[in-house]
Amino acid sequence: MALSAAKLKVGDVHSARLVDDLKRTQIVQYAGASGDYNPLHTDEIFTTKVAGYPAVFAHGMLTMGMTGRMLTDLVGDARLTKYGVRFTSQVWPGDTLDSTATVTEVADGIAKFDVSTKNQNGVEVLSGYAEARVDP
Amino acid sequence: MAAKTFPIEAGHIMMFARAVGDPNPVYYDAEAAKTTEAGGIIAPPTFVQSSAQFDPDYFLRPKIGQPWFGSGKNPTGITRAPGGGGGGGGGGGGGLHAEQHYEYHRPLRAGDVLTATTFPGKTWEKEGKRSGKLVFSESVTEYRDQNGELVVTARGVGVRTERPVEQPAPSAAGKKEEA
Repeated sequence: MALSAAKLKVGDVHSARLVDDLKRTQIVQYAGASGDYNPLHTDEIFTTKVAGYPAVFAHGMLTMGMTGRMLTDLVGDARLTKYGVRFTSQVWPGDTLDSTATVTEVADGIAKFDVSTKNQNGVEVLSGYAEARVDP
Repeated sequence: MAAKTFPIEAGHIMMFARAVGDPNPVYYDAEAAKTTEAGGIIAPPTFVQSSAQFDPDYFLRPKIGQPWFGSGKNPTGITRAPGGGGGGGGGGGGGLHAEQHYEYHRPLRAGDVLTATTFPGKTWEKEGKRSGKLVFSESVTEYRDQNGELVVTARGVGVRTERPVEQPAPSAAGKKEEA
């Protein structure tokens, strides 16, 4: 399950598709699970007529959560020690997201990664880093 | 997130994992989870965000008998002066989410009961190309378990924009996302 430091090289890239054609219903699911009911994410009328956006858009934390799956699938359960991101662009219903983790350092039982998630147009929507405990 | 007490419940973890599209059995199948390195059901990396559920005053949840800014008969349930800021400001929400950082001190497990303490951090300003003046503010939340041990440290950065983020084209990229 967990990664082995001996098998990791700086520059190794792991990638995964996070979502294909993001549905509004998944955004609703995330609102319900997280407790963030901001209508900007689920209420098209409010978001277009009052807030001035072209459509509802995903919670940044939904993108961070989906990207987290890519990371935990890579490093194993309960292995992450750090994970941080900047939200660099909005994610809209219909978007398809792909994510990568690139090894930047392996030392002292910790592997470090650059993390990036992009939409179908190649626009980066999330940029960040992660660190995980790895086996020798 | 200012939940005083945040019980980590298996059913909540299952719902959260489904919402982020993660089918890993370690998040919902107690028997399967026992056979993993984690040894039982654990929470996904961003789960503490859902401590909002346990904050009685969380402002992005409709409350019984109180006005709500989402649509009903009208596009918004709250009358406000025009010219509010963009993003959450434009809609009466809490601004946009710019950054989120976590440090994990140990795995978060179903059955833990966390207590969250939030400290305000720095604030700073920047001129944005597509949304006017941006005001950033940081907060740090420490989640401690039933024994007072630190489990997760979360640092969030929010941003308030002067106006809604300009969109290059419908359904194309904007600038900042929402919490």
